[in-house]
Amino acid sequence: MTIRHHISDQLLMGYSAGQLPEAFNLVVAVHLSMCDDCKSRLGAFDAVGGALMDDCDVAMAGDSLAATMDRLTRTTPAVPRRASSVLPSPLMDYIGGDLDAVKWRSIGMGVRQAILPTEKGATARLLYIPAGQKVPDHGHRGTELTLVLQGAFRDETDRFGPGDLEIADEDLNHQPIAEAGADCICLAATDAPLRFNGVLQRLAQPFFRI
Amino acid sequence: MLDFTPHQKADAQPPGQFYAVGGAPLCVRQKGLSVPSDTVEDDWGVLILKVRDNQDKAAFAALFRHFAPRIKGFLMKSGASASLAEECAQDVMATLWQKAHLFDPTRASAATWIFTIARNRRIDALRKSRRPEPEDLPWGPEAEPDQQDALELSQDTERLGAALALLPEKQRQLIERAYFGDLTHSEIAAETGLPLGTIKSRIRLALERLRHKMS
Repeated sequence: MTIRHHISDQLLMGYSAGQLPEAFNLVVAVHLSMCDDCKSRLGAFDAVGGALMDDCDVAMAGDSLAATMDRLTRTTPAVPRRASSVLPSPLMDYIGGDLDAVKWRSIGMGVRQAILPTEKGATARLLYIPAGQKVPDHGHRGTELTLVLQGAFRDETDRFGPGDLEIADEDLNHQPIAEAGADCICLAATDAPLRFNGVLQRLAQPFFRI
Repeated sequence: MLDFTPHQKADAQPPGQFYAVGGAPLCVRQKGLSVPSDTVEDDWGVLILKVRDNQDKAAFAALFRHFAPRIKGFLMKSGASASLAEECAQDVMATLWQKAHLFDPTRASAATWIFTIARNRRIDALRKSRRPEPEDLPWGPEAEPDQQDALELSQDTERLGAALALLPEKQRQLIERAYFGDLTHSEIAAETGLPLGTIKSRIRLALERLRHKMS
């Protein structure tokens, strides 16, 4: 898999610092699972966090070492999570299984979605777009992250294949189209409702939480 | 790039001397990893491996004395009360004991790895939300960390700390605000002015070697 579209420095630092909403954390964690290059860049941002923490010395309570020693327990190392052909493990944790466990809901034109449970502030969803299908054109009020898990889509900016992450913001208006050949499955996260250009989509928006 | 000399704080001496008897040079032997302590800038990582391999409580105590106060301070700067920070710092150290088998010194220094545990504990305590983590590459029995790689990463991380201390105040504050939670993700400016490239390349190489060993 050749990944051409990666996590921005800003998002990676936000992930390292622990400042992203949970839905964004999920998309970033899934991309990192597929991309050693971003994993290495994250390691560098984590090192910044470690260096900052080094300067934060505050005295502990007098008995804290003894108290901690008393509760040390050793658990047996967890069994490695099972590998899947399509889904990296952090995503399987949120679905509660593999692709066959996803509870899809139709949102029209053959497109299906499944909203994943995350904290408020941003929404994460799986999108299933049949090969060759267009998604209604839309703009963004905040940030939309779209990570391709299977298949590919194209929009006004480029082509996005497996592992590629598109970061869309207020400046981008696009109409993604799934490539012919294979159905496209994406993980998407938004921190504000999309801005659909079509009236029907606008009416349906609250219903689909998109 | 400027050539930064690693600095050491008075309380950040390598802890190897705790275990040296009669001033003799000490060689800490681990499963597949041996690091002569007199050549190591910072062998906190070696102590974590002692916790992992021997459930060594003296090594744990040394780690606790150094890191617990820093975890507590980090959490307080991130908005936790002193009592919550104290409790969470103890949790983080208990997690270190439990998860020592996940520590890989070729991909993170001890301070870096402990920071990630503390950060996750903070998300859990202050936001009460889950923290999705990337799928990790498991260590097989043949894939022990390479000591030279671990040493070099540790030295790069030292240099990063030194560079951070030398940043202009304004730049450093911006980074602190990002990591202590004063900025939303869209306010974060990722241009740090820090030498992150060498650390990134080092980790990339470690990942490649690991994948190669696994295949």
